Amino acid sequence: MLSYAVRRLLEAIPTLLVIVALSFFLMHSAPGGPFDSERVLPPEIEANLKAAYNLDKPVWQQFLIYLGNALQGDFGPSFTYKDFTVSELIGTGFPVSIRLGLTAIILAVCIGCTLGVIAAMRQNTSTDYTVMGFSMVGITIPNFVMAPLLTLVFGIYLGWLPVAGWGGGAINHMILPVVALALPQIAIISRLTRGGMVEVLRSNFVRTAHAKGLPERLIIWRHTLRAALLPVVSYLGPAIAGLVTGSVVIEQIFGLPGIGRYFIQGAINRDYTLVMGTVITYGTLIVMMNLLVDLVYGLLDPRVRYD
Amino acid sequence: MTAVLEVRDLKVRFSTPDGEVSAVNGVSFDINEGECLGIVGESGSGKSQLFMAVMGLLARNGRTEGSAKYRGTELVGMPVKELNTYRGSKLAMIFQDSMTSLTPHLRIGKQMTEVLIQHKGMSEADARGKALDILELVRIPEAARRLNQYPHELSGGMRQRVMIAMSLLCEPDLLIADEPTTALDVTVQAQILELMADLKRVTRAAIVLITHELGTVAGLCDRVQVMYGGRFMETGDVRQIFYNPQHPYTNGLLSSMPRLTEDRREKLYAIPGQPPNLQRLPAGCPFQERCDFVHERCVAELPLLRPVTNAAGTGQMKACHLESLQHPVDDPSRASIPADAAPPVIRTSDARTA
Ligand SMILES: Nc1ncnc2c1ncn2[C@@H]1O[C@H](COP(=O)(O)OP(=O)(O)OP(=O)(O)O)[C@@H](O)[C@H]1O
Ligand code: SF4
Ligand SMILES: [Mg+2]
Repeated sequence: MLSYAVRRLLEAIPTLLVIVALSFFLMHSAPGGPFDSERVLPPEIEANLKAAYNLDKPVWQQFLIYLGNALQGDFGPSFTYKDFTVSELIGTGFPVSIRLGLTAIILAVCIGCTLGVIAAMRQNTSTDYTVMGFSMVGITIPNFVMAPLLTLVFGIYLGWLPVAGWGGGAINHMILPVVALALPQIAIISRLTRGGMVEVLRSNFVRTAHAKGLPERLIIWRHTLRAALLPVVSYLGPAIAGLVTGSVVIEQIFGLPGIGRYFIQGAINRDYTLVMGTVITYGTLIVMMNLLVDLVYGLLDPRVRYD
Repeated sequence: MTAVLEVRDLKVRFSTPDGEVSAVNGVSFDINEGECLGIVGESGSGKSQLFMAVMGLLARNGRTEGSAKYRGTELVGMPVKELNTYRGSKLAMIFQDSMTSLTPHLRIGKQMTEVLIQHKGMSEADARGKALDILELVRIPEAARRLNQYPHELSGGMRQRVMIAMSLLCEPDLLIADEPTTALDVTVQAQILELMADLKRVTRAAIVLITHELGTVAGLCDRVQVMYGGRFMETGDVRQIFYNPQHPYTNGLLSSMPRLTEDRREKLYAIPGQPPNLQRLPAGCPFQERCDFVHERCVAELPLLRPVTNAAGTGQMKACHLESLQHPVDDPSRASIPADAAPPVIRTSDARTA
């Protein structure tokens, strides 16, 4: 299993290179540049700036220079936040996003799986319809509606929780953004869990377990759940990567210093280095999460072979 | 002789979006201690669902009417909690899909010991010992190693042996084997049947063998019940059914059995037509659309199971309006069982009364 993991990581290198190259060239082929602003710069200054950032060279040369630096851990200076390097920006934003994202996903898994199991066991009863109805609502209401609603109710009307800000990571500052992040995930995970459960509950081996006279509780825990959670596990890989790299909307609405906003601001300002830094972070996480999912799959299902 | 299972007017209905499916339509029979009963019929005749109903294992859209008593205790409608004290302990069932009937993510050992822990309150260690003994009883090579294996590491035949072993753990009174050999190679089929025959000798369990091949029943069973459209068409002692079939459907099944003596170029006989639509069963005899002997009465009136008048011995019953059936096959080798495959125990007629 260890050699499998190592091999997968090695295989990920070309994948990441392709991602990096694609985003680099796509970004540079988009019109505009980091120094296009309303205030037109004198041509000499712009030329000097471009030279300083190597922007006067052909794109392929820029790419090679960037790649060389990046491999040494240098993601360059940010064009927008002029006093910071990209590594510094990511270094401060990422921990915030990770904390929010992981808390949200853990909450979502606990609640989502429980709801899904309950719905599946009370299949086609009012309990089932209620859970699935709420989850449908959770999926359809977008974040940018849910988050202000939560703020309105708990932050303004009830005044229980702060409306915005990070507060140095205090729990009460985290509650609203975490809930806003978790709600759609709870909805999706409960649906996936219910679907998996319903299918496995119909399977022949669950029938065998019933024929053996095992109590319901044991049948669910021992015979059903592990097989039923496989779809949830596959979903969780990309979902975790997405959540911990920051939700742009949530970070914007709650004014949180996460990594998500750098991505957007970087893209808007043609801050090439910042965009590349976030892309690489996101790409690496996706690759790692997919590997993690495959390893967890092997733990859940002994038929999975690593070779 | 005491009955282990008494079934009376049992019906199984499934509600589906396009109407109600009448899978079992009122069957009554007894299974006596130590007896081996064969249930024969084409695919879809309700063999499996009849015993699923007895075990309380119907799909969610199914419901059971009538009565099925285990040693006098009503099983139909029994709360699941209470039913679970019988299932796996007094009543055991082996399923027709041997490849998918074991939990893929649990080791064989765990799947076996949990039965003993549940029903006998054994410790894990004692249960493992017992599981090992039973695996050896069903002649699984390297039994100790198997306990730590997962189902996918075993061949189909091995898995079915494990299923059989699992069903025997608590020494059940009644073992229901639902086509235990389908989905297996022919050679493996023979081995499993041989094992079943051995088990019949060493356990005191009554055995129900569900199959669509009369040939399987011949070597193993004492009594046979032929099923069609969710009803019994003919029941009787295995010799009566094989040598003296009195129902056109039984006769058709016998004629469609492949025989070694037969000229291979000759096309195998098959009963023409299709099994009846269980959503719209005809009034009258369910077999009417395919029967060579159909007459007005068959269309109008449902034939009930009644004793056969010209039977050799007593206990043979048929659900057919015909007075007698001219045996259409003259060659005695055709509708007969090979001598060495004859059932080892010939039952006395008084044991057969239903
Ligand atoms: N859940 C269900 N809903 C609707 N119809 C069902 C359901 N389960 C079984 N049936 C129907 O009940 C009938 C009897 O099924 P059963 O499984 O008893 O057949 P069988 O005699 O065991 O056949 P086979 O030899 O193929 O196993 C079939 O027509 C089947 O389609
Ligand atoms: S009752 Fe009629 S249709 Fe049915 S089997 Fe007998 S002869 Fe054939
Ligand atoms: Mg069947």
